[in-house]
Amino acid sequence: MTVATLTGTWTAICAYDRLQAERGVAALVDGVQIALFRTYDGELFAIGNRDPIAGAQVMSRGIVGTRGDAPTVASPLHKQVYDLRTGECLDVPGVAVPTYPVRISGDTVEVVVGTP
Amino acid sequence: MSEPMKRLVVAGYGMVAQRFLEAFAERAEPGWSVTVLAEEDRPAYDRVRLSAWFDDYDASSLHLGGAPDGVAVRLNEAVTGVDRDRRVVRSASGETPYDALVLATGSRAFVPPIAGADLPGVFVYRTLDDLAALREWATADGRRVGAVLGGGLLGLEAANALRMLGVSTHVVEFAPRLMPLQVDEGGGAVLRRHIEALGVTVHTGRACAGLEGDDEGVTRMLFNDGGSLDVDVVVVAAGIRPRDELAEPAGLARGPRGGFAVDATCATADPAVWAIGECAALAVDDGDGICYGLVAPGYAMAEVVADRLTGGDATMARPDTSTKLKLLGVDVASFGAPFTEGLDVVVTDQVTGVYAKLLLTDDAQTLLGGILVGDASAYPTLRASLGGPLPAPPLALLAPAGEGGAKAELPGSAQVCSCHAVTKDHITEAIAGGCTDVPGLKSCTKAGTGCGSCVPLLKQLLAAGGVVQSKALCEHFTYSRQELFDIIRVRGIRSFTELVSEYGTGRGCDICKPAIASILATVNNGYILDGEEAALQDTNDHFLANIQRDGTYSVVPRIPGGEITPEKLIVIGEVARDFGLYTKITGGQRIDLFGARVEQLPQIWQRLVGAGFESGHAYGKALRTVKSCVGSTWCRYGVQDSVGLAIELELRYRGLRAPHKIKSAVSGCARECAEARSKDFGIIATEKGWNLYLAGNGGFRPRHADLFLTDVSTEELIRTIDRFLMYYIRTADRLQRTATWLEAMDGGLDHLREVIVDDALGLCEELDAQMARHVGTYADEWRATLEDPQRLARFVSFVNAPGTPDPDITFEVERGQKIPARGPVPVTLGGVS
Repeated sequence: MTVATLTGTWTAICAYDRLQAERGVAALVDGVQIALFRTYDGELFAIGNRDPIAGAQVMSRGIVGTRGDAPTVASPLHKQVYDLRTGECLDVPGVAVPTYPVRISGDTVEVVVGTP
Repeated sequence: MSEPMKRLVVAGYGMVAQRFLEAFAERAEPGWSVTVLAEEDRPAYDRVRLSAWFDDYDASSLHLGGAPDGVAVRLNEAVTGVDRDRRVVRSASGETPYDALVLATGSRAFVPPIAGADLPGVFVYRTLDDLAALREWATADGRRVGAVLGGGLLGLEAANALRMLGVSTHVVEFAPRLMPLQVDEGGGAVLRRHIEALGVTVHTGRACAGLEGDDEGVTRMLFNDGGSLDVDVVVVAAGIRPRDELAEPAGLARGPRGGFAVDATCATADPAVWAIGECAALAVDDGDGICYGLVAPGYAMAEVVADRLTGGDATMARPDTSTKLKLLGVDVASFGAPFTEGLDVVVTDQVTGVYAKLLLTDDAQTLLGGILVGDASAYPTLRASLGGPLPAPPLALLAPAGEGGAKAELPGSAQVCSCHAVTKDHITEAIAGGCTDVPGLKSCTKAGTGCGSCVPLLKQLLAAGGVVQSKALCEHFTYSRQELFDIIRVRGIRSFTELVSEYGTGRGCDICKPAIASILATVNNGYILDGEEAALQDTNDHFLANIQRDGTYSVVPRIPGGEITPEKLIVIGEVARDFGLYTKITGGQRIDLFGARVEQLPQIWQRLVGAGFESGHAYGKALRTVKSCVGSTWCRYGVQDSVGLAIELELRYRGLRAPHKIKSAVSGCARECAEARSKDFGIIATEKGWNLYLAGNGGFRPRHADLFLTDVSTEELIRTIDRFLMYYIRTADRLQRTATWLEAMDGGLDHLREVIVDDALGLCEELDAQMARHVGTYADEWRATLEDPQRLARFVSFVNAPGTPDPDITFEVERGQKIPARGPVPVTLGGVS
């Protein structure tokens, strides 16, 4: 996923300090629920908040970690692990969550949700 | 035209008969009808493990699986006569014809002809009925002192039973030492010290001259040296005699010391009549007929007859009478011919209570036999080396494992399981064929399903076969949970980052992070959600509530012991009504409130804490609930205040983080209405105090808890539970309940008793201190959360729209309450999918 395939604008979500290392928060952007994570090294990732297997909006509450080199989050319901960079489920082939561009502007975290 | 059915009748239904039926069923062609006539009112049970009945009074756990399909079993119907001319046996219901008759009538307990042996309160130790009668008598009011007549194998088993029944126990042995048939003087002395350390009084070299008493029961044991002992119960364990009373009327020969005389094929002089097990006087190699009171030779005879009846030509070799036992927690092994002439090597370690003797031929080239007391770990190697050279120097073989002990390689022909005659080759073949654990080996080879003493060896062979269960917690740590616990404790590690950077790789995952959070919580006793620790917790611990399928949470306030005032009950009702929560009574005597959104949790708890409730830790790997029956306060049967104790225990252990959830219950009498024996620790009231049961489980693999303490005071009870829980928390694997933890523990319940009662590892002081720290620093997590705005910050639906509820959470109504909407959850996938 790159910005080029999306039309849309950067939306401010919250102050960077509001994000705790290795924990997620949920955000609502134009009716879309996203899960926003800050990893241990300070990097930011945004993915869809919906667990595609269980159908509930819970991804932001998963445990953040690593598998090999990949930064990951595990669904809090049934523990499937997703690559935060690509949204791909590492345990169930073919399953993925959407990912969204994210950046820091000043002290503020911004994402693009946009439409295809 | 088909041949007529051949009729096989088995007289007696004990362990050897069971083994015979199984062996016969495996080999027999169709065309046999098989009937078993049993004197007892139950099918074969594991008499070797008879004393295990005192652990749980559950006879079903000794059951041997019943007869194979198609076998007619007639219980309560002993064979009373054999007419060999007409080939029929007689029993209460008439005559049963046979083409082949297998006598497997076993033994009876031998009661020496002393005065008073028929008094009430005098028992033998042979059948489950004997044990039940003994228990009933010994646990009645006023029974304080018990004596066992006989200090052999059976006598020591009986002594343990008396001990477990709570009477002060004496063992009286005529010979100058305990177990005179198996051990020599030196071994007997070491054994005696072990037994005396358990509080059993040992009288050796003393004979019983008679028993005194009246209709009310036995009162005194008289000795031939003029002394006496006041007793309330006596168990006679002076040996066994073969049940051969059918022999004479049927014209069957008996051995010199009784038993049906049979040759090496187990046939009597009548080729249609066979005898197996303890009732058979087996003559091999032109020797006299000898009755063997061990299960392994009996099993071998069962196999021989099954083979012969199905066209084989098996014969008995001279039975191996080597034995290895655990008596009152002490290893005793005797093998080969330890009492013959030869060169001996003797090691006596008075410090650790270990005695070992090896007997070699005069040229020191051949092992003739030996005796081991206190540590029998060298037994498999030594027994397999009988009749040949030793695989290593004697002292090296006897050294304790891991301390320079020789890793002597067992020969392939070595018998690993003597009950089922399984050799090392059989085991290694099974491992090569894909068996990866002990249960697998048991079902595949039958090894370990007899007396069970070879199970440690099976584990070693699995390990030697390259079957290793990795202990690594996950890809981030190569250590087991127990090892990580020790690292964190000893190195004083206080954060995940510190631990993973020194002892792990990467940044953890959903497996290691909660496990380490739990260890940190135990070791440091702090609030579990501050600083970095917050990032380690599973969502349940993170929001102090239980996540449900639709992403909402449920709330369980603590209701200690299930006791609640009407006022508090009303508060719960009001909270549920005001927040629209689905309400259900849990199995642990609490109330679960479902359907709360994340942002509602603080408001709900504000109300609950205000009314005096605190967290029930239903979300944590922690103590959940201590269930109770109503107890002596109200119940006309109750003998102790079960509710009071349940509340005391629940308040003591609330908030204690563990490898998995912990459940408990207290019953106020033996009727056990609180189902305490399905709990991690369960307590059942007795007239004199409490019985403690450990490591039970409900769940998908139920396990009854094992009896651990009898008639103890509340103080001793709590001290023991403290240590049990702390030892569990220290040493269990991640997500391992106490039941599987105990089952996986080397040495099992005995080991646990050594650690937390006898303090064999010197750990108790530390365990006690750790629990004291937990109890002293406990604080309600929900109250602490509500009092701190920073801690409350996480309870928002959306970081950028904290007032907006999750629009995808919807409900419908069923039976008057709301439940998650069943239709497809409205999906908002956003821009891409």
